[in-house]
Amino acid sequence: MLDALRELVAHRELLYVITWREIRVKYKQSVMGMLWAILMPLVIVAAGFIVRFAFSRISGKPLAMSDLTSVAVKAAPWAFFVAAIRFGTNCLVANSSLVTKIYVPRLIFPISAVLSQLFDLVIAGVVISVIMLVTRTGVSLQLLWLPLLLGSLILLATALAIMFSAASLFFRDVKYIVEVLLTFAIFFTPVLYDSSVFGSRAPLLLANPVSPLLEGLASAVVLHQCPSLPWVSYSVACSALLFVAALGAFRKVEPYFAESI
Amino acid sequence: MADTVLEVKGVCKKFRRGEFHNSLRDLVPALMSSLFRGGRSQELERREFWALRDVSFSVQRGEAVGIIGGNGAGKSTILKLLTGIMRPTMGSIRVAGRVSAVIEITAGFHQDLTGRENVYLNGAILGMTRQEIRRRFDEIVAFAGLEEFIDTPVKRYSSGMYARLGFSVAAHVDPDVLLVDEVLSVGDYLFQRKCVERMNAVIAGGSTVIFVSHNLRELANVCHRSVLLDKGRVKMVGPTDEVIMAYYRAGQKDRAADAERGVLITEVTTHDESGPRVEFETGSTLGITVHARARTRHDDMTLVIQIVDENQYPVFDTCTQRLGGGAITLDGEQTLKCTFELDLNLAGGMFYVNAYLHRYLTDLPYDAWSCAATFFVKGPVEARGIVALHPRLVERHVSAAASGVLHSRRDDSSPASSPRRSASTT
Repeated sequence: MLDALRELVAHRELLYVITWREIRVKYKQSVMGMLWAILMPLVIVAAGFIVRFAFSRISGKPLAMSDLTSVAVKAAPWAFFVAAIRFGTNCLVANSSLVTKIYVPRLIFPISAVLSQLFDLVIAGVVISVIMLVTRTGVSLQLLWLPLLLGSLILLATALAIMFSAASLFFRDVKYIVEVLLTFAIFFTPVLYDSSVFGSRAPLLLANPVSPLLEGLASAVVLHQCPSLPWVSYSVACSALLFVAALGAFRKVEPYFAESI
Repeated sequence: MADTVLEVKGVCKKFRRGEFHNSLRDLVPALMSSLFRGGRSQELERREFWALRDVSFSVQRGEAVGIIGGNGAGKSTILKLLTGIMRPTMGSIRVAGRVSAVIEITAGFHQDLTGRENVYLNGAILGMTRQEIRRRFDEIVAFAGLEEFIDTPVKRYSSGMYARLGFSVAAHVDPDVLLVDEVLSVGDYLFQRKCVERMNAVIAGGSTVIFVSHNLRELANVCHRSVLLDKGRVKMVGPTDEVIMAYYRAGQKDRAADAERGVLITEVTTHDESGPRVEFETGSTLGITVHARARTRHDDMTLVIQIVDENQYPVFDTCTQRLGGGAITLDGEQTLKCTFELDLNLAGGMFYVNAYLHRYLTDLPYDAWSCAATFFVKGPVEARGIVALHPRLVERHVSAAASGVLHSRRDDSSPASSPRRSASTT
């Protein structure tokens, strides 16, 4: 575990260059270039707005501005989470020429896959800040929760990317399974709605470790309320445990990568 | 010894033949069946094969060591183990310092990035820091000769430009141990020479080089010591020229002992009218006689002979089919003797004869014998290269020195730059 992290630190330049390559390649030879990074989160936020609007029309409850901003605050990290896992799952197979021909610490690939998606999240963050300025959401001390919540989300995404990347190297099925899971996961995660909609069944929804993080983000940033401490600690613990497990498993199977890919 | 940079000790590497489970659909039934049969199935053991068996050797600092062996001898596997891409099934490998592999020099390239971006990317993959790359960037680009195209995406490069840039990055890494696999075949002659010079400079700079190549002359130029591998085992470790000789001899001995082939080329000799001979003059007639023997019936064969130069570069080939000899059919224990006559329009040098028995009209070989015979050509002094084009000087005109100093100087230097021309007039 420590060995793996030490090797990563020793190869931080490579991590940087590979991440930079992923970002660079993503927007090469596209007419809009980097504008895509802003457009994608905008589309998701717009979709969220429409869903919330439809909700309020059906239920007859008036639509609060905070509902809309909280959708924006949750949708962008969710988009990051999904993209990081989707991209991370394929990263080893996509880099098979590097895996089989040159030695680099292979952990670099899933991690840089997550980092390159993080770049988009940062850009989306700028867009959201603008939305919040326009809607006069305001700031409070609760914003201090942001690093922990986002950090935990990133850790969770990295853990899953590491696991799925190794798994899909051995079994190509994993790619399809992950794809299906990611497509339907939005129904089991309070992105476009709040977990409170489910009343007493809400804990079922919050058992998904992503849910408390997203809800926590919405409450800290938009509602200026302290996130639910037990649920947030549950998510943080889940992320940390999964990360350690993923790292251990990855290290164990790494020697067989070149001959099994 | 204190200065051993690289030590390979009792290394074995096992691979599995055939396809193995790349999808869960295959794995689940396989797991179930092995669960019920208990332990490792016999089928699995039959599918395993050892690419390397008990390989041991060590390399001292500043030494250049070649690895020689036929296809499937395990050369590439050794390099992959040394880089850490794979781990040995048994045994240990110890490498002191930074290893850089010039194996797949363009593996790290990304098609959509420009040459400049790829230099940074590939440099980082090969273990250079960004600062190092920035410092040596101009040098790398100049070595590849791609100054004008460095901001073009590499997908628009020709394959030669692509490979040159790859080699150039790899050659500037300054590793403690440099692993080179069959890459010097990229680029034109000048670039290849630059590569060999660069390798020699790396060795002179105190780095250690492990060199794998089928180009044995190049290997002999770079390496003092070599390891001969055969079917995954170390056959010999010693001075490179002795190892190369042993490698050739092993090929011929194997052939005589090989009882498994259904049809076999047994003897290839070169001769002139008076009898067997290995030294010929340019322009004389070269006779090549090939004997073959069949153990079982073989229909529709054609006998191919090929002449290659000392770099194994094909100079010429022909076959009985193209010469109007028709298809050859041999019954069990029948023998074949074919004699060819060639006008030897080759320049001076050493050449090898390769002989193949192919299925008629296809390239499916029944038997192939490389370097079955060797012969030397004593060429005329006025021609160098591979072929003798029988040159004649038909005019040598030096213009009158009337139009000033500049011209006359140019005229003076022109014969000097082609010594053959000036020599033939004196």
